[in-house]
Amino acid sequence: MIFAVDLLLRDSIGLVEVGIVLLKVGVAFVLLLLGVMLMIWFERKFISDMQNRIGPNLAGPFGIFQTLADGIKLFFKEDQVPAKADPLVFRLAPYLALVPAFLIFTVVPIGGDFSGGGDGTVTWWGRQTFLQVADPPIGFLIILAMSSMAVYGVLLAGWASGSKYPLFSAIRVSAQMVSYEVALGLSFASVLLMSKSFSTHDIVLSQGGYEWNLWMTGLVPFFIFLLAVTAEMNRPPFDLVEAEQELVGGFHTEYSSLRFALFYLAEFMNVITMSGVIVTLFLGGPEGPEPFPLPGWLWGIFWFCLKMVVFLAVFVWFRATLPRFRYDQLMNLGWKLLIPLSLVWFLALATLQVSDNRDWNDFIVLASIFGGFVLVGLLLKRALKTAAHNPDPDLSAPATAENNVEENAGRNTENNFDIENLKEKDLGGKN
Amino acid sequence: MVAQNIAFGVMVGIMGLSAIRVVTTRNVVHAALYLMVVLATVAGLFLLLGAEFLGITQVLIYIGAVIVLFLFGIMLTGARIGKEKLLSHRNKVPALMIATVITAVSIYAAIDYFGADKLPEETRTSTKEVANSLFSQYIIPFEVASVLLLAALIGAIVIARREPHEENLTK
Repeated sequence: MIFAVDLLLRDSIGLVEVGIVLLKVGVAFVLLLLGVMLMIWFERKFISDMQNRIGPNLAGPFGIFQTLADGIKLFFKEDQVPAKADPLVFRLAPYLALVPAFLIFTVVPIGGDFSGGGDGTVTWWGRQTFLQVADPPIGFLIILAMSSMAVYGVLLAGWASGSKYPLFSAIRVSAQMVSYEVALGLSFASVLLMSKSFSTHDIVLSQGGYEWNLWMTGLVPFFIFLLAVTAEMNRPPFDLVEAEQELVGGFHTEYSSLRFALFYLAEFMNVITMSGVIVTLFLGGPEGPEPFPLPGWLWGIFWFCLKMVVFLAVFVWFRATLPRFRYDQLMNLGWKLLIPLSLVWFLALATLQVSDNRDWNDFIVLASIFGGFVLVGLLLKRALKTAAHNPDPDLSAPATAENNVEENAGRNTENNFDIENLKEKDLGGKN
Repeated sequence: MVAQNIAFGVMVGIMGLSAIRVVTTRNVVHAALYLMVVLATVAGLFLLLGAEFLGITQVLIYIGAVIVLFLFGIMLTGARIGKEKLLSHRNKVPALMIATVITAVSIYAAIDYFGADKLPEETRTSTKEVANSLFSQYIIPFEVASVLLLAALIGAIVIARREPHEENLTK
């Protein structure tokens, strides 16, 4: 059926095929967990360097086992469910946060022999396969669907905690993620326009010969995607979900022990998978020069990891440098800048493609695209000006929605909220 | 086709149980979550039939957006934790009757129309085919639907947005 489109499963399925699939799933799982362990250590070390601190340095060489130690400690802590919580949903939420991050990673090609016009297949035990867990023809849509599923973990954790600050956090995050999903999808669509396929493997193939989407789409979709992804993952400077000064600990205030660790894991796993997605979509995936001969697939993995580490460092760098956005600034950036810009850019790219196919006059096409940009910009400015003259009572008071929730939350929890009882977050929160 | 039949059975079982729980649970958020499970199994059925685009769109739109907005709305209006007495069960019997009638009619219609027809072995429709038919054969319905959605969107904004002078009146 559908899955038979995958190269590996095209013919009859025997034990070897099942074995290869299981091996790939296992390796992806272990790689991701190992990656998270190193990523948390890397983030703490890198931020410490930027802030003239030493950072973790006791567990293992350079403190590299710090994450492992923290994990073991959290594992042995008492597992609490607050009395006012909804026990079922409270227990379910951490897994809903974790699973989408895993599922996105399954469609990311982490390597492959693309040297000399190769199509990225490797041969294992006489079977050809790709270096990714699966290559469904709708891989691109799976990434989008799973990144929109990620909101459930946070939303339900906030509600099920039965306490007011997590609830605020949940309300914030759902509005934020739904808003930035639009910009994410539109900048995604620009890539689709260039690659003409939903399959992540084909997207990588179409960028062969250094025709990376980064410059083929004209840089703008890349930056929009980077911003939207940062907001989607609730990473600084868009981490309003866990603004400590306003919301105590955010949605995981009431969580402790292993369930808290799962949220932590999910956050960093998202950073890794999304960096992988950026590399796949915009930087040609595992493509790169081969200064000296090695098996082709080894170079693929090397370049993929190198490009990914660049983005991991960028996300940490964001966190160390940029102050947190205010909520209205966040919404303004998303709705008034990113969405119109990505939409106009998408239309311009589509126009260029059509004019290329039909041999239209380049000058007229470029002039009309430029005209379109100016027109949209003026209209947008005009609309914003009108809105500013006629301030909408709901928008001019950004806290209205939250005040509303506050009343309800007060009803919900009565006087359950007691700051003394807040669990100390043992990973030191955000160092 | 044995594998598909087993998968179908499992998914329909989960779907049926969750659908019953949607209406019998006494907590609004739980109801929304059971509805999410029902929609996910619908997406699974689409995948089984080889309609990959429909399947993933079901996840993307219903699970990723509609239910999230449900939950958002429920939380903004203050969903309580635990059982709620106010969730109305007064019209249980008429609702059950209507549901039974609708189910019976649609089952009868399906059996009457398809009889003992079998599914073709290869039912896979690729996303490309869906796109081609949407933008050639069905371009007019497609555009009409998009205009309708735009109208609904603008309508929602107009209803939700209060003008400043109205705000003063209510004060």
